[in-house]
Amino acid sequence: MSLRGGMVALRSRMVTSLKLQDLIEEIRGAKTQAQEREVIQKECAQIRASFRDGDPLQRHRQLAKLLYVHMLGYPAHFGQMECLKLIASPRFTDKRVGYLGAMLLLDERHDAHLLITNSIKNDLSQGIQAVQGLALCTLSAMGSAEMCRDLATEVEKLLLQPSPYVRKKAVLAAVHMIRKDPELSNIFLPPCAKLLRERHHGILLGTITLIMELCERSPAALRHFRKVVPQLVQILRTLVTTGYSTEHSISGVSDPFLQVQILRLLRILGRNHEESSETMNDLLAQVATNTDTSRNAGNAVLLETVLTIMDIHSAAGLRVLAVNILGRFLLNNDKNIRYVALTSLLRLVQSDHSAVQRHRSTVVECLQETDASLSRRALELSLALVNSSNVRAMMRELQAFLESCPPDLRADCASGILLAAERFAPSKRWHIDTILHVLTTAGTYVRDDAVANLTQLIGEAQELHAYSVRCLYHALAEDISQQPLAQVAAWCIGEYGDLLLEGNCEETEPLQVEEEEVLALLEKVLQSHLSLPATRAYALTALMKLSTRLPGGNNRIRQVVSIYGSCVDIELQQRAVEYNVLFQKYDHMRAAVLEKMPLVERSDPHVDEEGKEQKAGAQLLEASAPVPTEPQATKLMDLLDLLDDTPGHAQHLPPLDPSPGETLVHLLDLPCAPPAPAPIPGLKVFEREGVRLDLSFVRPLETPALLLVTATTTNSSREDVTHFVCQAAVPKSFQLQLQAPSGDTIPAQGGLPITQLFRILNPNKAMLRLKLRLTYNHFGQPVQEIFEVDNLPVETWQ
Amino acid sequence: MQFMLLFSRQGKLRLQKWYVPLSDKEKKKITRELVQTVLARKPKMCSFLEWRDLKIVYKRYASLYFCCAIEDQDNELITLEIIHRYVELLDKYFGSVCELDIIFNFEKAYFILDEFLLGGEVQETSKKNVLKAIEQADLLQEVSYLGSWKEN
Repeated sequence: MSLRGGMVALRSRMVTSLKLQDLIEEIRGAKTQAQEREVIQKECAQIRASFRDGDPLQRHRQLAKLLYVHMLGYPAHFGQMECLKLIASPRFTDKRVGYLGAMLLLDERHDAHLLITNSIKNDLSQGIQAVQGLALCTLSAMGSAEMCRDLATEVEKLLLQPSPYVRKKAVLAAVHMIRKDPELSNIFLPPCAKLLRERHHGILLGTITLIMELCERSPAALRHFRKVVPQLVQILRTLVTTGYSTEHSISGVSDPFLQVQILRLLRILGRNHEESSETMNDLLAQVATNTDTSRNAGNAVLLETVLTIMDIHSAAGLRVLAVNILGRFLLNNDKNIRYVALTSLLRLVQSDHSAVQRHRSTVVECLQETDASLSRRALELSLALVNSSNVRAMMRELQAFLESCPPDLRADCASGILLAAERFAPSKRWHIDTILHVLTTAGTYVRDDAVANLTQLIGEAQELHAYSVRCLYHALAEDISQQPLAQVAAWCIGEYGDLLLEGNCEETEPLQVEEEEVLALLEKVLQSHLSLPATRAYALTALMKLSTRLPGGNNRIRQVVSIYGSCVDIELQQRAVEYNVLFQKYDHMRAAVLEKMPLVERSDPHVDEEGKEQKAGAQLLEASAPVPTEPQATKLMDLLDLLDDTPGHAQHLPPLDPSPGETLVHLLDLPCAPPAPAPIPGLKVFEREGVRLDLSFVRPLETPALLLVTATTTNSSREDVTHFVCQAAVPKSFQLQLQAPSGDTIPAQGGLPITQLFRILNPNKAMLRLKLRLTYNHFGQPVQEIFEVDNLPVETWQ
Repeated sequence: MQFMLLFSRQGKLRLQKWYVPLSDKEKKKITRELVQTVLARKPKMCSFLEWRDLKIVYKRYASLYFCCAIEDQDNELITLEIIHRYVELLDKYFGSVCELDIIFNFEKAYFILDEFLLGGEVQETSKKNVLKAIEQADLLQEVSYLGSWKEN
């Protein structure tokens, strides 16, 4: 009775646990992700239960199910130990699934992996080939360095096993072991000589792979194996010449896998070694000329041959042959072949430039490829092939490509063209034309320094100013949305607007441009929502410059400038306000201030873009920067005469100097940071009731006309000093700039002093006189002091 | 070779053979990204692409994508031959193989692969030898199974 009950129990357990096929069907039948998850969770519970106390004979089925579920992405770590058990089982089925499980679920990160070392060791040394095969396979797939060390001698023994099936696997296991622990090379180097004499293709293939690994890891091994070059040559020659062997051939090519591997090893051995290279020359030529090129297998061998020829010391004729093979590949119908041709040619373009040049036209045709990976390669290669003799033709092609190429290649194409133009431009006009074309076609994709480069270039080419401004005007009139173009065009129109109206220019057709049209265009740029803030700034400044270049009345310009005085954009507002002032109070200076710009010094193209932009941007500020200081100095000059200027009025002056560092630098065209000076004695110039002002002086070495004065005010009294303002005045021939003070309060009893920097420019080396006006509150009383500084050291101005 | 993936046109994984040690998480990430990248390719595009610092070689056979990741110095064209040889082996074994065969017999697909490649390298260039080895192993499985049943 109990037996029957037991049988029933056994049957019912078998029924509830699904067969693998059924499980797969059920999972595939699930209509939603949630349903699938439910099925799997249920089954996993069964599997777990079965692992715990189920029939060990069924364990392999349970694990197989688990492995399926694992492939779908579900967790299966609870099967790891089961793998170990199955591997240790004497049944082949168990081992087969167990080892598979180990390869899928275990790797060197899991501690459990070491536990299979013993099983592997046992399986390697027992006699059944298939079992040895499983062990070797698993070892090669997931064996850690430690495992490899433990099992190295076992594998070494198997290299001598009679069965080729085992030997071929043992060789590749050795390859894996060396990759994991290079020290094991010592064990696996000696057997290579014998293995190389094998006839079995699999073993031979493995041996060659093994030798490659050994050579790549040890120069001594490399030297050692050079002596097998003749043997390798012989093997390859035999392969290539003795006819068709059905077993190993693909499309009429004898064992292409083996051929490719031999060629790779020859490459490693022949590299940088004259003698070895010579030994293989003939064979390489033979393979290169005799291999069937109609199918992929042959082309695979050819590719490897070409790569080997180019990497070793081959005869010039052979190299040309190799490059020509690549050239033929470029014309192949098969995209894949064209792809490898382009990649290989790219590798060779530096070392064998003239050989690759011969295929330039084919390469250029490849720009038309619809496949993006091919056209990208073609682009890189085309750019690499540009030189001074083909630059015009190449640029035409590349510019045509730029117009139609996919967006992700645009940036590279644009910058490639600009770079090549810079290196090889046959003439300035051509260069300007090229950059202009790039800006109109792909303006949004160019790098930031393109604007600075172009303005630089145009500035330098005096004879082309008229031409440039016309071209840019037309381009801008067509399209104001491309920002780099708009910026350069605005700048150019601002600078050379007069040439634009002249109507004559040799290089372009005569045209009639009206003043109003020009102004309208700049206003359009200024107002357009498509324009970046920087672009608008360029446009505004250009308009301003035109006030001195164009003959007409400036009412329109004045209007625009005054409107923008209340613009929300701070940058524009500031400029507009300054320009306004130029129109009003300083009209007499306007022409001088807005004169044509001097040429910027050509800086290194590798200077960081920021620096360049700042410089380029600053050029535009240059025009306006002198303005604030002049009135400032004048106002302060008034100080000497008008002693009751109200503090409020005087306070206006510092804010006109918003970023003292920048504008100052470009105003005076001098370095910002004070470098190592010759020490000049400091001076105490004022003291009253504990408030003391000292001056220290620095004259930078490279700019002797500049004097940097630091005024330091300290407070040793018992009460704070507040609302402290210091103003200075100098004689007319000097220029003075006050930087913003560090604060306006000095706490009592030696609290943090106020420091302020004055910059005094004294180009005439006139005698320095300095008058100071101090106002502050102390002890509840307002204080005002005006005085001239005595005893200025002579070093401050001589 | 660093790894080989087989997946359907819907992106379902049918086989994954990894020859480099990576965590489960990394494997999943790589699989997801690569599958997406390959599925996004248009039919006429070439079989090669650069992905991270690897070269990817892929080919579609019916509804299955075969995708291999190889290293910089490996030959792309011969990798295409490797893929083709594997498909031929599967075809011979299953008799006109289709995706369903690989789904329902995934362990067999692994066993066949393991007789062709070992540690990411080609171990046997004769189709005949590979198929013979599988046949013998299958036989061994049956025999031992029968043996154990008899014991019961």
